[in-house]
Amino acid sequence: MKINEQIDISAIVEENIQPQMASKISVKDLSAFFGKTKVLKNISIELPEKKVVAIIGPSGCGKSTFLRSINRMHEVVGGTITGNIFLDGEDIMKLDPVYLRRKIGMVFQKPNPFPTMSIFNNVVAGLKLNGFRNRKALKEIVEKSLKAAALWDEVKDNLNDSGANISGGQQQRLCIARTIAVNPDVILMDEPASALDPISTAKIEELIFELKKDFTIIIVTHNMQQAARVSDYTAFFYMGELVEYSDTKKMFTAPDKKQTEDYITGRFG
Amino acid sequence: MEVKNKTISFNYFRRKATNILMLFVSFSAAVITIIPLILIFYYTIAQGIAHLNIDFFTKLPTPVGESGGGMVNAIVGTLILIAIGGGIGIPVGIMTGTYLSEFGKNKFGALVRFLTDVLSGVPSIVVGVVAYTLVVIPMKHFSALAGGVALAILMIPTITRTTEEMIKLVPHSYREAGLALGIPKWKTTVMIVLKTAWKGIATGILLGLSRAAGETAPLLFTALGNRFWSTNVFQPIASLTVYIYEYSTAPFKDWNDQAWTAALVLILLISLLSLIFRIITRSKYKT
Repeated sequence: MKINEQIDISAIVEENIQPQMASKISVKDLSAFFGKTKVLKNISIELPEKKVVAIIGPSGCGKSTFLRSINRMHEVVGGTITGNIFLDGEDIMKLDPVYLRRKIGMVFQKPNPFPTMSIFNNVVAGLKLNGFRNRKALKEIVEKSLKAAALWDEVKDNLNDSGANISGGQQQRLCIARTIAVNPDVILMDEPASALDPISTAKIEELIFELKKDFTIIIVTHNMQQAARVSDYTAFFYMGELVEYSDTKKMFTAPDKKQTEDYITGRFG
Repeated sequence: MEVKNKTISFNYFRRKATNILMLFVSFSAAVITIIPLILIFYYTIAQGIAHLNIDFFTKLPTPVGESGGGMVNAIVGTLILIAIGGGIGIPVGIMTGTYLSEFGKNKFGALVRFLTDVLSGVPSIVVGVVAYTLVVIPMKHFSALAGGVALAILMIPTITRTTEEMIKLVPHSYREAGLALGIPKWKTTVMIVLKTAWKGIATGILLGLSRAAGETAPLLFTALGNRFWSTNVFQPIASLTVYIYEYSTAPFKDWNDQAWTAALVLILLISLLSLIFRIITRSKYKT
C-alpha cells in the first residue's frame, strides 16, 4: 500500500517536469488563493523559452489565475500565492512588480485599447508613460510593433485615429502591438481570441505562430482546436490542479490520463 | 377561437392606449421642468436688458440718488471669488474623489464618503459662518480669501462625488491593461483612469463652480461686499450675488433695475464659463 503511493507520487513529479529543455519560467509548488479559497493547488511546471504553451481546462479550473500569478496581476485583485515562480532563475516575488510586468506582457480576453489615446499612442503607452519620449525612436517602435502584430497595413494611414474606433479583431492586435512595444520576454494571453469572430481568430493564431520566434508565449484557451493548432506544449488544469502536461501532439492523440482524454474528447467540461 | 382573438385585440388596444397616455404624461413632466428655466430667462432678460450697456461692465457703482454707473467691481469680484474657490476646491475635490474610488475601499473611505454627503447637505449660510470663524476672525477683517474658502467648501462635495462616480465608470480592464504594461499604479490612475473619466469630472467641476458663483449667503459673512474697486484678496470684495441681494431689497427703483441687470450678467457669466469648459474639455475621441 505504502509503496504504491510512493510510486504514484514519483510518476506525477516526473510528468510535471517534462519537457526537458531550457525553461524560461519555472513554477515550483505554486498555490494561489482568493481569501481562504485555494484556487490553484501545488502546481509545478516548467515553461520553455520561445515556445507556445497552451493552458486548457474547464471554467473555474484556475487557468486564468495561473496566468495572472506569473505577472503578479493576481495580487492586484487581492489574491495571494505560496510557492515560487522563477523568471530566468529569479524569484518574481522578489522583483518589483512594475519591472516584472515589463518583462512579462499580457493580452486580455476582451480587447482593451485606451479610448482616450490614438492608435499611435496606444502602441507606445507603456513606453511613453514610463518617461520614454524620443519621438523618432517611438515612431520606429510603433511601426515595428504594428508590423509584428500584423496590423500595420490596416492602420498605417490612420495612426492618429482613436484606438477604440477600429474593429474588435484589430483592437486585439493593437493590444498585442502595445504589449510587444515594451519588448517583454514573455507574453501571457488570456483567451485572446474568445471575443473575436473566426477570421480575426485565425489572424491572431497566425500571429502567435510568428511571435514565438521572439517571445515565450503562454496562452489560456477554452478552444481545444486552438490549443492543438498554436501550441508546442499543452497543460491540462482541472479543479486547480495540473493534471497533465506534455507535448501538444501527444496530448491530443495519446494522453496519459483518463481525465485528460475525457476532457479533450468533450466528455466533460 | 374568435373569443381569443377578441381578447388579444382588446389587450393590444389597451396597451397602445397606455403607451400613448404615459408618453403624454412624461412629455408634460418634461415641459413642466423647463418652464421655470424659461421664465427665469425671460424675466431676467426682459427686466435686465435695459441697463445692460458698456457702462455696466466698465464703471463703478454710483452713490445713492445718482443714476448710471456699473458693476465692474462686482463682476471682477465674482470672478476672483470663483477663482479662489476653484483654486482650492477643484484640486481637493478631484484628489479626494480619486482617493475614494481607487483606494477608499476601507473604513476611512466610507467615513469620508459619508461626511462628504453630509457636507453637501449643509446649508450654505452655515458654511459662511464656518469660513467666518476659520478665516475672518483670525484675520480680523472680511476678505475675498474668506469668501473663496467658503465657496471652496461648498464646491468640494459636488466635485468629490462626481469624480468618484465618474472614475468608477472607467472599466477595470483599462487599469489592468495599464498595470500589465508595467506602468506604475499612480501613473495608471492619473494618465489612464483620470484621463478617461475627465469629461465627466469636468461636468462635476462646472456644477461646483456654477453653484458657487450663485451663492450669496456665505459671502455675506466672508467677502462682505465692497462699493469700490478692489482686487486685493485680503480685503473685502464685491460680488454680483451680494449686489443683487442689496440692490433688489433697496427702496430705489434705479437699484432694483440694476439688480436685474446684475442677475442677467451672472447668468451670462455662468453660461460663458460652461461654454469655455466644454471647449477646453472637448476631446478628440469619443469616450
